[in-house]
Amino acid sequence: MDSYDVFRDYEHRVGRWWMLTGFALLLAVPTAICVRYDAWPPITWVLKGLLGVAPIYWTVGTIEVLTYVPMLGTGGSYLGFFTGNLTSLKVPCALNAMEAAGVEPGTEAGEVISTIAIAVSALVTTAVIAIGVLLLSQIRGFLESPALQPAFDNILPALFGPLAVVYVAKNWKIAMTPLVFMITLFICVPSLASSASVLVPVGALLAIGAARILYKKGLV
Amino acid sequence: MFDPNNTFMYCLVAVVIVFVIAMSLRFIVLAWRRARKLGISSQLLRRTAVSAAVFTIVPAISILLGVIALSKALGFPLPWLRLSVIGALTYETPAAAAAAQSAGTDLSRLITDPEIFSTIAWVMTLGIVPGTILVPAFGKKIENGIMRIRSKDEKWGSLFMSALFLGMISAFLGMVFGTIREGLRGWIPFFVMVVSAILMCVCAVFVKVLKWKWMEQYALPLSMLGGMFLAIPITNLVDALV
Repeated sequence: MDSYDVFRDYEHRVGRWWMLTGFALLLAVPTAICVRYDAWPPITWVLKGLLGVAPIYWTVGTIEVLTYVPMLGTGGSYLGFFTGNLTSLKVPCALNAMEAAGVEPGTEAGEVISTIAIAVSALVTTAVIAIGVLLLSQIRGFLESPALQPAFDNILPALFGPLAVVYVAKNWKIAMTPLVFMITLFICVPSLASSASVLVPVGALLAIGAARILYKKGLV
Repeated sequence: MFDPNNTFMYCLVAVVIVFVIAMSLRFIVLAWRRARKLGISSQLLRRTAVSAAVFTIVPAISILLGVIALSKALGFPLPWLRLSVIGALTYETPAAAAAAQSAGTDLSRLITDPEIFSTIAWVMTLGIVPGTILVPAFGKKIENGIMRIRSKDEKWGSLFMSALFLGMISAFLGMVFGTIREGLRGWIPFFVMVVSAILMCVCAVFVKVLKWKWMEQYALPLSMLGGMFLAIPITNLVDALV
């Protein structure tokens, strides 16, 4: 298993096995609840409920696959998409790891660093939630205290500010077009704030367009 | 009466959590071995792992808060399971609320009807499946496309990847400005973003000028934590001013 292509093929085989087994396991959970309690819900309830979320979240899910797979690499994608919390945790975690290790996304070194970062992140998340649930009676008051609320309300600004310093500073010429567009858009239509994920590919297309023009003109 | 916190539900969670742990360990072993073959030092790999762990703790606590919030209606096991696999805070609550509504109820009290509970479990599961199907189906094709771009023109390939990141970062930076028309309170996310960005610059000074190389790995988690911590006095200050 020497070339990168051979390694990637192997990772895809391993990833598909885990992902599809995991998918079956996920479907087994509601099935087991229905069987154990003899509580099969009317199909109309499920369809009505899905109608409320599937159109937006299936779209977001598809967009996330197109956007994040190239960033996370093979192993990172299988793990990241199965363990979830991509935008607020796994993607920034992988980007930070690759940046700090001095490796580029889309390369073999980037791929392994991203995979290790996402796997560790998944393990730590699992541990934190498990410990939190087990110690809930002791820590609940502290975690839910109003004094701490502003900190948890501002995770995304606190996360994307530093990320902007790293990536916008390195590529400010490319960043200007999508940044100005997005800032203007969100100021004019604040209700879009809840669907920022849907706008990621719009930002990416603008950035790719700007990068192409600047590259052709020899400005980057 | 159905109890969402019963032992059976905890057993289901345990099975899925064991699967997530096993999958993560399998990929760590795979990537670690390959990294060593590529000549990447164990020291760098360990630093990467520790940095990822530190970075994860606070966002994971916010996920725990999501579990606690949903537990009032769904008990602990189902939210725990959902937020450990595929799910995200931004998705699970609307999905549970939509499912409860379709069954003629809401999430204001503990769900003790097994039919309503299983409806919620189905909707939460099926509402977010595309990733688990699309990654195995199209992941390789997407990667091959990126490889082709890179192999044709290495510099453009690198710029293309940077543009993808900038697209994502722009969308979320723009989102921070979504509340500024609400008055001074609406500027709080912007202030937090600026403060955490300044902290990142300070870390960069330590790394570049004082040669604190170790800080390179921890600059982002430190800046994020600092930004979140400073969100508390910033919010208090803004509250005092308005």
